[in-house]
Amino acid sequence: MNPEFFVISLLNGVSYGLLLFMLSSGLTLIFSMMGVLNFAHTSFYMLGAYFAFTISGVVGFWPALVLAPLLVFVLGAAFERYALRRVHKFGHVPELLVTFGLSYLILEVVQLVWGRSTVPYGLPEQLQGPLFSLYGTQFPKSRSFVMLVALLMLLSVWLLLTRTRIGLVIQAALKYPEMVEALGHNVPRVFMLVFGGGAALAGLAGVIGGNTYVTEPAMAASVGSIIFVVVVVGGMGSLAGAFIASLLIGVVQTFAVALDYSLIHVFKAVGVAVTDQTFGYPLLKLTISQVAPILPYLFLVLILIFRPKGLLGTRED
Amino acid sequence: MNSTTHPVSGATSHYRFKPWNVGRFVIWTLFAVALIVAPMLFRSSLALTMLSQIGYLIIICLSYNMLLGQGGMLSFGHAVYTGLGSFIAIHAMNLAGKGALPIPLVFIPLVGGLAGMLFAVLLGYVTTKKAGTTLAMITLGIGELGGSIALMFPEVFGGEGGITTDRVYGQSFFGITFGPAIQVYYLIAVYCFICTAAMFAFTGTPLGRILNAVRDNPERVEFIGYNTQRVRYFAFIIAGFFAGIGGGLATINFEIVTGADSLNVVRSGGYLLFTFLGGATFFFGPIIGAVLLVLASVLLSELSKAWLLYLGLVFLFMVMYAPGGVASLIMMNLRLAKFGKLRQLWTSYLALAGTALVGVMGAACMIEMTYHLQLNAALGPELTFLGATLNAKGFTSWFGAVFVMVTGFALFELCRRQFVRQWSRIQEEIEHEIKRGEAL
Repeated sequence: MNPEFFVISLLNGVSYGLLLFMLSSGLTLIFSMMGVLNFAHTSFYMLGAYFAFTISGVVGFWPALVLAPLLVFVLGAAFERYALRRVHKFGHVPELLVTFGLSYLILEVVQLVWGRSTVPYGLPEQLQGPLFSLYGTQFPKSRSFVMLVALLMLLSVWLLLTRTRIGLVIQAALKYPEMVEALGHNVPRVFMLVFGGGAALAGLAGVIGGNTYVTEPAMAASVGSIIFVVVVVGGMGSLAGAFIASLLIGVVQTFAVALDYSLIHVFKAVGVAVTDQTFGYPLLKLTISQVAPILPYLFLVLILIFRPKGLLGTRED
Repeated sequence: MNSTTHPVSGATSHYRFKPWNVGRFVIWTLFAVALIVAPMLFRSSLALTMLSQIGYLIIICLSYNMLLGQGGMLSFGHAVYTGLGSFIAIHAMNLAGKGALPIPLVFIPLVGGLAGMLFAVLLGYVTTKKAGTTLAMITLGIGELGGSIALMFPEVFGGEGGITTDRVYGQSFFGITFGPAIQVYYLIAVYCFICTAAMFAFTGTPLGRILNAVRDNPERVEFIGYNTQRVRYFAFIIAGFFAGIGGGLATINFEIVTGADSLNVVRSGGYLLFTFLGGATFFFGPIIGAVLLVLASVLLSELSKAWLLYLGLVFLFMVMYAPGGVASLIMMNLRLAKFGKLRQLWTSYLALAGTALVGVMGAACMIEMTYHLQLNAALGPELTFLGATLNAKGFTSWFGAVFVMVTGFALFELCRRQFVRQWSRIQEEIEHEIKRGEAL
C-alpha cells in the first residue's frame, strides 16, 4: 500500500464519513428526543438533493444551499405535526411504520416528478476541479466542501444545543419531557422543531451530497441502511458515538472497495496453495472489495452481539 | 390493544357450545371449503396462479404476524427466512430430480420449513436478544446482509439469473404428477390449511400466550419468572419454520428462485406492509393481507403505473386512522351488528364511500396525468383513464380533476364529521348496554 493511495483514500473516507454524520446526527437527535427511528430520514436527504437540483436551475447553487434545507424543514415539521403526532399515542411500532410508509411515498413522488433515472445535478463552477494534489493525485474541491459544511454544521449544532435557550430546553426535554412541559414549555412544538431540524440537516446533506455523488431515486435506499448501522454502532442517542461511527464506517468502506485482496492471498503468504478444487473456494476467492457492501452490516451484527449498547451508548434497550 | 382474537370470538364470547365449539368448527369448515372451491369458481390460468400465490402468502404473512402481531417484534428481514427456505427447497428438488435424494415433492415444503427454522435458530439468537427498536435494526441489518450475500455466491444462489428446477420428478402418485397448475394449487391449499390451523393452535399454547404477555409487558413477565429473550427466540424459530414452508411452496409454484429478488429488504417490507394492512392485531388479519398483496401486485399494477404511490398512501392513512388494519374495521362492524346498530350507520357509510370515491377519482386523474407526462410523453398528451379521455397538457382536464377532487374531499369531510358524532353516540349506547347486561 503506497502512501499516495493511503492519504487520498483516507481523505475520501473522511469526507464520506462526515456526510454520513450529517445524516446520522439528525437521525440520532430525533431518536433520542422522541424515541422515533425515522425510516424516512434518507428520503429527506434525497428530497434535499432534488430540491437543490430544481432550485439551482433557477437561482443558482448558493441560494439553493439555503433554500432547499428550509423547504425540507417545512415538510419535516408538517409531517411531524400532522402524521407522526397522530400515531404517537399508538406506540413505537406504528410510529416506525408511519415513517416507513412515508419513505415509500417520497420515493414514488420523486420518481413521479423527476423521473426514474439520474438527474444532471452538477457542481457549481466554484467547486469544480481539484483543491490540491498529493503525490500526483488530485483531491476534488467538492469533497473538501462536504467536509467543511459538515464540520460547520457540527459546530453550529453543538453551539445551538449547549449555548442557547432553545438548546437547553431541547436537552431537558430529551430526559424529562413531562417536567419541561410542567415548567410551561411547549414540548410538542419542540418535538416538531427537532424533527424538522433533523430533516433539514438531512436535506443539507442532500444538497451537497447530491452533486458530489449522484442524484437518483436509489440514493435514499443506498445510504438508508448504512446510517442505521451508524446510529446503532455509535450507540442509540449518542451524537459523539454517531460521529465516531460515521467516520469509522466511511473510512472502512472507502478502503475496502479499493482493496483487491482475498483469503487466497493470505494463504499464499503463509505458503498454502489454493486452487478452485480446495474446499470452500467460493468463499476464499472473495476479495475485500467484493465484500465491501456487507461490511457495515457485519459490523452491526458483531457490535450487537458483543456490545449491544454501541460504542458510546448509555442505554441498554 | 386487542390480542389475538379468534375470528368468531365476538359472536361466541357469551355463549360457548360444549363440548364442541360449533362457531369455530363452522369457520374452519368454511375456510376449507373456500380453499377447495376457489379454483372451480375462478377458472382462468391467471386466477389459478393468483390463488396459488395467495395460498403460500397466507402462510408467510401469518408467520410474519407471529412476530409482529403476537410478539410485538417488528422484523425487516422476514424474506431472509422465506428466501433461504426457497433456496434449500430448490436444491433439494434438483437433487431429488437427479435421484440423489429420495424426497417426494409433497415433502419439499417441509424441507424448506426446516431450512427456515435452522437459519432462524442461527440468526434468531442475535436478533431476539433485544426487543423493540433494536430488534428492528438488527433484522434490517440481517435482511441487507442476506440480500447482498446471495449475490456474492453465484454457486449457491445462482447469481442474477437464479436457479431453476423441474417440479415433475419421480413416480406419479395415483396419477398426480404435480405438472398441472391445479395439482400444485391443491398441494399449496392443503399446506395452507394445515399451517393456518397449526399457527392458530400455537396462539392457544402456553408459549403463544406468554408471547402475548412479552409483547404487552415484558417487565412483568420477567418478574413472574420467564426469560423474555427465550420466549422471543422460540417464537422466532417457529415463525422461521412456517416462513420456510411458504418459501418452499413458492419454489414449487414458480420453479425458479433468484437471490436478488427473494431475499432482499424490499420483499420483507412488502410482507410487513400487507400484514399490517390486513390487520396485525387479529389472527385472521394476515390472511386478508395476503389476498390484498396478490390483488395489488397483480391486478392493481396492471391497472395503473402509479400503484406503488396509491399503496403508500393507503398504508399511511391506515397507520394513522386504523392501526388495526382491515381486520379491525371488520371486527368493529361485527360488534355493531351484534348489538343491532349497523342499520343506523349504513347511510353514513354509503355517503362516506361515495364522497371518498369522488375525491379519490379527482386525485387519481391528476396522478395518472403526471405519470403520463413523465413516462409516456412520446405518446402525446392524451390518455384514457377509466374510460375518460384526459389531456395531460390541457387546462380543462387539470381544472376538472382539481375541481372533482376538492368537491369530493370537502363533502367527505362534512360526512365524516357527521359520522364521527354518530359513531361515538352508538359506541356509548353499546357501552351502556354492556354495563346493564353485567348488572343483571
